[in-house]
Amino acid sequence: MRYLPLTDADRSSMLATIGVDSVDALFRDVPDHAKLPGKIAGLPDHKGELEVERHLSRLAAKNVTASSVPFFVGAGAYKHHVPASVDQILLRGEFLTSYTPYQPEVTQGTLQYLFEFQTQVALLTGMDVANASMYDGATGTAEAVLMAARVNKRNKVILSGGLHPHYREVVETTCGIMGMDIRAQAPDWKNAEDLSALLDAETACVVVQTPSLFGHLRDFTALCDAAHAKGVMVIVVVTEVVSLGLLPSPGSMGADIVVCEGQSIGNGLNFGGPYVGLFATRDKYVRQMPGRLCGQTVDADGKRGFVLTLSTREQHIRREKATSNICTNSGLCALAFTIHLSLLGEQGLVQLARINHANAVTLADKLSAVKGVSVVNDGFFNEFTVKLPKKAAKVVSKLAAKDILAGVPVSRLYPDVEGLDDLLLVAATEINSVEDMDALVRGLEEVL
Amino acid sequence: MAMNNQGRDSTPHSVSVTGDVVTFTGNKALQQEEALIFEMDNPGAVGVDLPEPVTVKTRLGGLSARAGVGLPQLAEPDVVRHYTRLSQKNFAIDTTMYPLGSCTMKHNPRLNEKMARLPGFGDIHPMQPVETVQGALELIDQLAYWLKTLTGMPAVAMSPGAGAHGELCGLMAIHAALDARGESHRRRVLVPESAHGTNPATAAFCGFTVDTIPAEENGRVSVEAVKAKLGDDVACIMLTNPNTCGLFEPQIREIADAVHAAGGYFYCDGANYNAIVGRVRPADLGVDAMHINLHKTFSTPHGGGGPGSGPVVLSDALAPFAPLPFVVHGKDGFTLVEHAKDAGEATPFGRLKGFHGQMGMFVRALSYMLSHGADGLRQVASDAVLNANYVLASLKDVMSASFEGPCMHEALFDDRFLKGTGVTPLDFAKAMIDEGYHPMTMYFPLVVHGALLIEPTETESKRTLDQFIGTMRHLAEKAIAGDLAHFQAAPRLTPRKRLDETQAARKPVLRWVKPVPQAVVAQAAE
Repeated sequence: MRYLPLTDADRSSMLATIGVDSVDALFRDVPDHAKLPGKIAGLPDHKGELEVERHLSRLAAKNVTASSVPFFVGAGAYKHHVPASVDQILLRGEFLTSYTPYQPEVTQGTLQYLFEFQTQVALLTGMDVANASMYDGATGTAEAVLMAARVNKRNKVILSGGLHPHYREVVETTCGIMGMDIRAQAPDWKNAEDLSALLDAETACVVVQTPSLFGHLRDFTALCDAAHAKGVMVIVVVTEVVSLGLLPSPGSMGADIVVCEGQSIGNGLNFGGPYVGLFATRDKYVRQMPGRLCGQTVDADGKRGFVLTLSTREQHIRREKATSNICTNSGLCALAFTIHLSLLGEQGLVQLARINHANAVTLADKLSAVKGVSVVNDGFFNEFTVKLPKKAAKVVSKLAAKDILAGVPVSRLYPDVEGLDDLLLVAATEINSVEDMDALVRGLEEVL
Repeated sequence: MAMNNQGRDSTPHSVSVTGDVVTFTGNKALQQEEALIFEMDNPGAVGVDLPEPVTVKTRLGGLSARAGVGLPQLAEPDVVRHYTRLSQKNFAIDTTMYPLGSCTMKHNPRLNEKMARLPGFGDIHPMQPVETVQGALELIDQLAYWLKTLTGMPAVAMSPGAGAHGELCGLMAIHAALDARGESHRRRVLVPESAHGTNPATAAFCGFTVDTIPAEENGRVSVEAVKAKLGDDVACIMLTNPNTCGLFEPQIREIADAVHAAGGYFYCDGANYNAIVGRVRPADLGVDAMHINLHKTFSTPHGGGGPGSGPVVLSDALAPFAPLPFVVHGKDGFTLVEHAKDAGEATPFGRLKGFHGQMGMFVRALSYMLSHGADGLRQVASDAVLNANYVLASLKDVMSASFEGPCMHEALFDDRFLKGTGVTPLDFAKAMIDEGYHPMTMYFPLVVHGALLIEPTETESKRTLDQFIGTMRHLAEKAIAGDLAHFQAAPRLTPRKRLDETQAARKPVLRWVKPVPQAVVAQAAE
C-alpha cells in the first residue's frame, strides 16, 4: 500500500527489537470483546490512484459547477476569480503539511504570513487588531457575542433582521446554551428596522450586518453612538469581504468587533467549507479575544521574528477558563486570503470592488426591466433582493433546469416566515458577463 | 575573435574559515531574509489585471465610497517570491519527520489535493438548488457511511469545523438529550487531568462545570476513580482513548458502563483514533459520542493550523439531537435537511457552522479512505502502533519512559533522564531542530513531569525511524555527558534563534503599522 513504507521484513525486525511476536501483542490493553479479528466488514479493500480518481470524478461530474453556467448565487458565499498563483503557493508542502506554529524557530514562514494576515484584516475592517482566523464568519460571530458578554458582563443580545439566518442560528445555538438572552429581529428585507430603541443597560451587544442579507447598506455611526452611550458593544458582520474595497470600514463607523467571512478573497466556494472567519477588534479588548494571535518579537540575536502570543487566553494553557475552546482554525485559508489580497493590493482591491458593484447595478437595471420583477434595494454592493410575481423557490428550480443558477430564494433561509416567498437574493461579481445577465433575463421572462 | 577557453576550477579550494558566517545581505544562501509585504510596497504596481468597470451610476444607498484601505502594491513576481521564501522558513511533513505527539502528523497524499480541486467539488455553492449538487451530497453520504462503519456507530454529525468544534457538537447533543430527559440539573462533566485542554474548555463553553479525575500512577483512569465522582448531577465523562499518555484505557468498558448506570453519557475524544482505526470500533467500548479529526486520522493536511474537520459519531441516544444541516437519502435522490421542521422525528439542537461542513476536507478524507480500504486502514493502526513501540523500545535505555509496557501510537517519556544535566525538555527539543527534526510534543500531557510525547505515525519508514532514534540517543548521551551549552544555544541553524516570548506577550505587537516619516517625527519634536 502506497502510503505505508514498512515492509514485512521491517515489521518482523522491529517486532524483534520490541520483543513481541506480533502487533496484536501491542494491543493487549484492548478488552477482548472489542478486538476485531480482521478487517471491518462492509467496506471495500484498498484501491490504486486511478480507481480512486474514477470513483470521485464520477461523483464530481454529477454537480453543476459555478463556472459552467450563468451563476448569481450568493447569500454568504461568493464566486470570485482567484489568481492561479494563490493555489500554487498553497500547494507548497512547507505550508500545506506544516502544523500550528508552536515551534517558532521552524515556522517563521507561517508566523510571518499570519502577522501579515492580521494586519490586512485590521486595515480592511478599520480596526486596531485581528486574530489569526476563526472557522468561518458564522462561528466568528458567535465568538464575538460571547466576547462582548465577557467584556461588559451583560447577557442580552440583539440580532439585526439583516443578519444572515445561518449566523443567527449559530449564535442562538452557541450562545443560547450559555443562557444568553437572544433577541433576533424579524427579517428586515425592507431595510426599515431601528435597533437603537432596543438597547438598554442589560444589552451586551447588538449584531448588524453590512451589506445585510438582503444586500442593503447602512451607516451604523448613529447606532454605534447610541450603543456606546449605554455601554452596549456593536458587532458588525461582513459576509462579502470584497465590499470593504468600496464601502466605509465598520471601524470608521465605530464598531467594537468586526467579523467577516473571508471566503471571497482567495478561497473557492467548496460547497460551504473550508472558509475563513476574520475577527477584529479594538486594542483595549485584545485580552478578551478568542483564537490564536501572532505577535512580533526579537530572537536571541535581536533580530525581528514572530511568535504565537497571549496564549494565556487559550485552551491549551487556560483549560476551562479559556476565552474559547478553538484550537485548529483556518490557517491555510488565511494564507490564501493573504496571498490574494497581496496580489490585489490597494489598486486591485478597489477596482475589483468597483467591478462587482458596477456589474450588480447593471444586472439590477436589467432585472427591473423584466415585467413583474422589481428590485427592492435602494443601495447595495454586489447583491440585492428582487421581488418576483411568483414563488422564488419554484422560479429558481425552473431556471436550474435551464442551467441558470439564479440566486437564493429567501424562503430557503426563512421557511417559517410568511410574505417572503416571492423574494430572491441575486449576486453579481466580476465573473458575470453581460451574456450571463442577458441569459438570466431571458430565462426569467420564460418562466414567469 | 578569439574564444575565451580558459575553463574554470572544478575542485573546491581548501580554505577553511571558522566562526559564524556573516554575509552582506544577512541571507545565508538558500535561507533568505524577507521583509514584511507591507515594507515592499511599490506604489503603482499591481498583481492582477482587471478590466475597467462599466460606467454606472453607483447605488451605495447614501454611503460615500471609501477613501482607501492602505494595502501595499506589488506585481505578481514579487508576491510569488515573497510567499515562496516564507514557505522555506517552515518545517513540514514533506521535508522532515514531525513526531508531534497528539497531532498525528502523517503523510498528506497529493491525490487528495487533486480530488478536492475537481471543479465538481471545489466550484459549487452551498446554496445551489440540491438537484444541482447530488454528487456532493452523495459524497457526504458515502463519507458518513465509512465513518459509521469504521466506528460501529449509528449516526454521524458532519458539520463541525475541527476537533474542538466536534467536542462542542458532542457536548451540545448531550446537553440537549439531558434536557429532553428532563434532567437539566446534570451539569457536571468529568474530565481526567491528562485530557487535552480543549476538553475542559469545551465543557465550560457549554455551560457545564468541570470536575477533574486524577490519573493513576500507571497513566490510566481507573473505574474506581470515576465511580467516586459519579452522581445524579453528572452529564458525561470526556475521556480520550487511547489516552494522551499514548495508552489504551483497559477499563474503558467498565467506565462506560458505570457512567451509563449513573445516567451519564460517554464522550470520547477521538484525537488518537489513528491508533485503533480498523482494529477497534468505538461503539464496542460504550461510546455515545466521539469526534474524528479528519486532519489527523484521515490525512487531510494541517495547513499550518487548519482548516480541520471534526465529524462526530453519535449513539442512538444522541443521534436525534444532531445539528442541522444533514443529508438524507430520499426517493428522489439526496436532500439536505436545513430546518428543524423538515427533520421528521429528530430534534436537532441547532446549527454549528455557516454552511454544511468542511466539504474540501470531506473529499480529501474519502480519497484517503478509498485508497486504503478496510484492509489498509487496519494496517494504518497496526503500523502506527508498531512504529511508536519501536521508538519506545529503542530509546528507553537512554531516555526515561514514563510507563511500563507497550504504548499505542505514541511513546511518552519524561525529563527524569535529564535530571542534573541542566537541560530542559525545551532545550532538548531545540537541539533536535538543529539536527533537522521537528520536536515532539513537550510538557503535555500534564500528568508527567517534563513530558516528551513522540508520535511517529505509520507513514515513517524504518530507515527514517532508525535515523531519528540514532539522533535522539546521541542527544540524550550528549546531555548526560554535560554539554549544557550545546542545548542552551540551540537552535543555531534556523532563520531565527530562540524568540523572546515574554517580550511578545508583555508589549503585544500584533500588526504592522506604517512608520511615521522622519520629517513628521522631527516636526513633532520641535
